[in-house]
Amino acid sequence: MDKIFNIIISGVGGQGVITLLSLIDEASFIEGYDVKSSELHGLSQRGGSVEVHIRFGKKVYSPLISSGSADLVISLEMLEGLRELVKAGKNTKFLINEYYLPFQDAPAKEEIENHLKEIGDKLYLVPASDICKEKLQNEVVSTIYLLGYAVGKNLIPIKKESILKAIENIVPEKYRELNIKAFNLAYGDN
Amino acid sequence: MKKILLGNEAIVQGALESGIDFVSGYPGCPSAEIGEEFLKIAKENGIYAEWSTNEKVALESAIGASFSGLKSLVNMKSFGINVCSDSLLPLAYTGTKAPMVIVVADDPSCWSSAQSEQDSRAYAYLSHIPVLEPADPQECRDFTKLGFELSEKFNTPVILRTTTRVAHQRMPVEFDKVNSKSKKIGEFIKNPHQFSTMPPRVLEMKKELLEKLEKIKAYVEKSKINKISKNSVSAKFGIIASGVAYLYVLEALEELDLDIPILKINLFYPLADKTVAGFIKKLKKVLVVEELENYLEKEIKIIAKDEDLNLQIFGKDLLPEIGELNAEKICLALSKITGKKFNKKTTKQISLPRRTARLCEGCPYWHVFPVIKRIAPEGTIFGGDIGCNMIAGLAPHSMHDYLFSMGASLGISHGVKKSTSQKVISLMGDGTFFHAGIPALINAVYNKSNPLVVILDNRITAMTGHQPNPGMGKTGMGEDTEELKIEEIAKACGVKNIKVLDQINVKEFEDAMKEFLEKDEVSVIICKRICALLAKRQKNG
Repeated sequence: MDKIFNIIISGVGGQGVITLLSLIDEASFIEGYDVKSSELHGLSQRGGSVEVHIRFGKKVYSPLISSGSADLVISLEMLEGLRELVKAGKNTKFLINEYYLPFQDAPAKEEIENHLKEIGDKLYLVPASDICKEKLQNEVVSTIYLLGYAVGKNLIPIKKESILKAIENIVPEKYRELNIKAFNLAYGDN
Repeated sequence: MKKILLGNEAIVQGALESGIDFVSGYPGCPSAEIGEEFLKIAKENGIYAEWSTNEKVALESAIGASFSGLKSLVNMKSFGINVCSDSLLPLAYTGTKAPMVIVVADDPSCWSSAQSEQDSRAYAYLSHIPVLEPADPQECRDFTKLGFELSEKFNTPVILRTTTRVAHQRMPVEFDKVNSKSKKIGEFIKNPHQFSTMPPRVLEMKKELLEKLEKIKAYVEKSKINKISKNSVSAKFGIIASGVAYLYVLEALEELDLDIPILKINLFYPLADKTVAGFIKKLKKVLVVEELENYLEKEIKIIAKDEDLNLQIFGKDLLPEIGELNAEKICLALSKITGKKFNKKTTKQISLPRRTARLCEGCPYWHVFPVIKRIAPEGTIFGGDIGCNMIAGLAPHSMHDYLFSMGASLGISHGVKKSTSQKVISLMGDGTFFHAGIPALINAVYNKSNPLVVILDNRITAMTGHQPNPGMGKTGMGEDTEELKIEEIAKACGVKNIKVLDQINVKEFEDAMKEFLEKDEVSVIICKRICALLAKRQKNG
């Protein structure tokens, strides 16, 4: 891979954005890439919009992605996915959890859907939360489900084995099996 | 060894490699993970670690450790250095006995900060303490070690100043394995000549300090702590950058396909004047890239003047003083200076309402804010404070009439009460009460005013990531300790009207408010109910 691969992950504080970031960081490191990422904690994490950046490739300088330079946006919530449209370029792919967490003054779900449709064939709207709730009785691992989907569909230039190794390195043992299940569930669905 | 580390984790690693003995601090964003990590690994690594009641006490604890021969690290967010500054300045005069690194994490763009967009580097000028500025996690580890080395060599504390994008940046970090050591027992060897700042000795100490700084400066020039890259004799334009902004410069140069020499300032203070002069001597133009204030730019302008150099110095005329920098902002500045074209990628504009921070699901504060709003008579002034109760200032609550610093809700409410006939209610968390609320409470009692103080006791310091505080009966290292009761402290401070209640008993809460709002003395209501996230965590083990 010659160029640097840029991923923005967005969602709502508390959804597990940072766990997902850690896994992708670790997996890209396992693959031998240089990697830098940037995240936010504290007040910004308490139920507000959260946006984190991951960049990997041969040599990465800045931990932040410039406007229009994201290769992939993974969003854990629809409105937060739509919000990334301002940062995305012509070639940005969007993998968005079909999950809506409304708040006061938030636009209606239909309105968000209509906007998202404009992304066209670069949009992957996946009901990860619903699937994980139904098949694994756990919504939290929808982040890992999305990761499985991204790897399965080649939206992210990282091998399955590297992700599984990253899960082993990072996820505490008691949640490991559930995470691998969620990953494989999406990976196998493809 | 190489592993992906967060900037804050890399600081811990650097300190471990330096043989750290003693860690104190106060949790805040973006520094909190430093203390948390130390508390996790303290016992097995022969370290004593604590969350102190506030940053001033944290620094003083470390001073005691340093005077007793223990290597110490103090960790805090930007505003922490304001709190500890009273002891920071004399510490520069006495110097350290065993080495000490003070980590201060600023938050440009105020991602997790109210109060102000503080650039803590200015404390270098105020205190005469050296300041190191890492750009990434690798440098967090390396500069922590360097900080201990400098501290040891010159008997001075060293400030390691990070920012959000450094502290919360991850990358593969090269480091050395550390063998666990046993806990060190120090010895305080009496030496009031060094440790006591009594006049007239204090002025002698100042002289010694200024002499020491000259020595540090000479050492910095010689040891090449600041780095010059891509230097060429023919270059007419150069860049001087510090902190994470250096990484944005590299990114911007690649984007614009420019080859420009860079002087990276790693030691912000004392500034290596000769290195700077040598770098800018042959140049016609220089761009100073630093986040927030223009401290470096001003110093460099003075150096150019002193050296009688005729060159253009750009800085805050082309780069913003507000908010963090990024590669694009630097591209724009570079494009203006070099004439090189930069096309900012146009992206789709879409206007969406902000999703602000909100109380968590099941948060005990959901039961507090609506009741206070309902019972307080029209025109009541609400004082906000730092912590999760900051969310009271946001919709749907929108309650704050003012918000300042830790404990300030009460100090200010006393002033309002003394100046008006209006009702005033202060909202404060348990952590904040222990940190800075107590002197303000004593002041209100002593000087006879009558604000109503509602203390939201959720049994932990929640906002910064659930760190224990003196109200919990547990130390940071998990040991059992005295559980300080807020009501007993309030009573000892002379408060007559005190009520401890669980806010889900709405009637009881309403009655207490109604009664206390009519009192001529200070009243305190303690709404005691555990943080919902903590309760869930305890249940899940």
